[in-house]
Amino acid sequence: MKTCKTQMPVRDPEERARDFGEVALGYTEELAVAEAQRCLNCKNRPCVEGCPVNVSIPEFISKMVKRDFEGAYNIISENSSLPAVCGRVCPQETQCESKCTLGIKFEPVAIGRLERFAADFHNAASPAEPEYPQFNGHKVAVVGSGPSGLSCAGELAKLGYGVTVFEALHIAGGVLVYGIPEFRLPKEIVARETKRLEAHGVTIKTNTVIGKTFTVDELFEEGYEAVFIGSGAGLPNFMGIPGENLKGVYSANEFLTRVNLMKAYEKDAQTPVMRAKNVAVVGGGNVAMDAARTALRLGAESVRIVYRRSMEELPARKEEVEHAREEGVIFDLLRNPVEICGYLNPADPRDPANGFVRALKLIKCELGEPDEKGRRRPVEIAGSEYETEADCVIMAIGTSPNPLIKNTTSGLEVNRRGGIVVEEKTGKTSREGVFAGGDAVTGAATVILAMGAGKTAAKAIDGYIRSKVQKR
Amino acid sequence: MFEIVNKVRLNPGVTMMDIYAPPVARKAQAGQFIILRAEADGERIPLTVAGCDPQRGTVKIIFQIAGGTTLRLDNKNAGDCLPDFVGPLGCPTETDGIKKACVAGGGVGCAIALPVARKLASCGAQVDSVTGFRNKDAVILEREFSACSKKLFVMTDDGSYGKKGLVTAPIKEELESGTRYDRIFAIGPLVMMKAVVETARPYGIPVTVSMNPIMIDGTGMCGGCRLTVGGKTRFACVDGPDFDGYEVDFDEAAARLSAYRDFELAEREKCCNLFKKEIYR
Repeated sequence: MKTCKTQMPVRDPEERARDFGEVALGYTEELAVAEAQRCLNCKNRPCVEGCPVNVSIPEFISKMVKRDFEGAYNIISENSSLPAVCGRVCPQETQCESKCTLGIKFEPVAIGRLERFAADFHNAASPAEPEYPQFNGHKVAVVGSGPSGLSCAGELAKLGYGVTVFEALHIAGGVLVYGIPEFRLPKEIVARETKRLEAHGVTIKTNTVIGKTFTVDELFEEGYEAVFIGSGAGLPNFMGIPGENLKGVYSANEFLTRVNLMKAYEKDAQTPVMRAKNVAVVGGGNVAMDAARTALRLGAESVRIVYRRSMEELPARKEEVEHAREEGVIFDLLRNPVEICGYLNPADPRDPANGFVRALKLIKCELGEPDEKGRRRPVEIAGSEYETEADCVIMAIGTSPNPLIKNTTSGLEVNRRGGIVVEEKTGKTSREGVFAGGDAVTGAATVILAMGAGKTAAKAIDGYIRSKVQKR
Repeated sequence: MFEIVNKVRLNPGVTMMDIYAPPVARKAQAGQFIILRAEADGERIPLTVAGCDPQRGTVKIIFQIAGGTTLRLDNKNAGDCLPDFVGPLGCPTETDGIKKACVAGGGVGCAIALPVARKLASCGAQVDSVTGFRNKDAVILEREFSACSKKLFVMTDDGSYGKKGLVTAPIKEELESGTRYDRIFAIGPLVMMKAVVETARPYGIPVTVSMNPIMIDGTGMCGGCRLTVGGKTRFACVDGPDFDGYEVDFDEAAARLSAYRDFELAEREKCCNLFKKEIYR
């Protein structure tokens, strides 16, 4: 037996860092079978527990060993509504793969790569979809068409509910279209998933902001019996240091939205994005990696990640960090920004370069005592400030919940940070008939956790509506 | 799709459209804005609502033809459709408890100032309005303003219509002659709003300004519309667009508005050629 994962072909770093084509190419049939054969098919199935939506992992892998890829896909889709997405963006190394028995001694089975292969195989073959049940007469509203909303809608549609998904932007997909870049998740895949839902009777209403165009109360008045809120993470955080509103400072949300949603990288795009020479991205999460790699692809000569702790604490997925490094992203670790410096021509107040970013002032840090989460706290080293040249600074340091729904929905409890309070096992909020999940509840987290929450809530919504029907 | 049911050229550089969008028309209030795209691959631009007709399901927008997207929008005619039109966004203008107000509009900002003046008048407030334009050709909405105002001052930069001067001149005169407004609403270019604030400052009259920064989503996601207000970062799309004029950092807002000047000039040039049209200025 092979002790290491079967490598997945990826495009050459130098070539891929200049365009937006997908980086990872996926397994071939032979590679997929070879990797599937590594699975021990152990009885206690620890990997399944590691999956937030509990995909029957050993079962789908067994099908792949027998080259029944469609069968494998069907098993995955029993539990996951977005297999082609999850196979690409899930942090498997901290979920299913971290529990793999094989992983105790060797490298775990590459579950994510296998999932991706099965989903891509299915999509390429595009066989007939399974029939969904007839409309059961009950309508449910889903707010937001990101991973939690799509997953909730998909599960409810499978049960026969009439589902309408309300999306604020002009395209469905939420963070899958505005946040995650094309080179990691082709938008065609997201579009296919939303079309599939529509084919199953789910209505997607774009250009509709719940909390503005309609309130949650109005949705109930319209005859929806339950509402799921999956409205996402919300407003970007800033550090509160001088210079954050200079021209050339973006939140990662804005930068990625301009490029991904508005396609600012295309030659004829009507939405602009700065084509900077030296880019600094502040933060160490997956969003920071996405922003850094996007900046490279827009033609930057240097792109650096500025993170206040060390590589060990860096929260981004290892694979993304690896890819970023290969492509030439520089990691400025144990550094904290203290100021963003702007250009000002003292001789000419009308100089068009005035007010743009010139440099980022950093202070060096060392690691001190662990904080309440056990991560070692960064401690600034007095007097170690220095400037690094930058004409664009991207802040990727998290988000705060969007206030629109909270402000317009009475009886909806939120926590100190503004996140919607839910019962974890059901997604139930303090307001009857209203459920919530995803980043609107947890703050910025992963696609799969949001999907898991959407699925959990769908089950609870089904239970809620059934119990109401029984009482009638 | 959102149909353009009516299109009127208000002056050589300003166009009015009524867009069929019943849910928005039912909700939109003075001070709120919408975001639209003129074409399928177009840019998202915010426009403050200039009025709406809930019965007919239409929302009125009035825009200055200034750049690529507004040229593309202006190239559409009644019967054509817009791919995207979303709203109402932002918070409505606060008019509670105001008995006597001054509403000042600068240029196309008058289109947004008018619903505020109307709302105040309909709540029983006494409204003086001041509108300012470059010249006679640019004057819009005079009849509408006079219908809801006790006094109306129309100003032009060159004196070709109304009185010669800036909108601040009649405001200053009124304040000097002892008129005590509960609040002044200033809506227009940043320099104009800033000047109104400075005019009101010695008299301690509160000033509400309507900010129009660059936006993308307009729903509290991207953070592109951030401003410094009272030393804090605020987001025009969810916290505004109205802010206390004394607290807004106008210079920073002006700088941020110019972030894409080169791109905008190129887009404008491209569209002028495409539609064989000049931009009126």
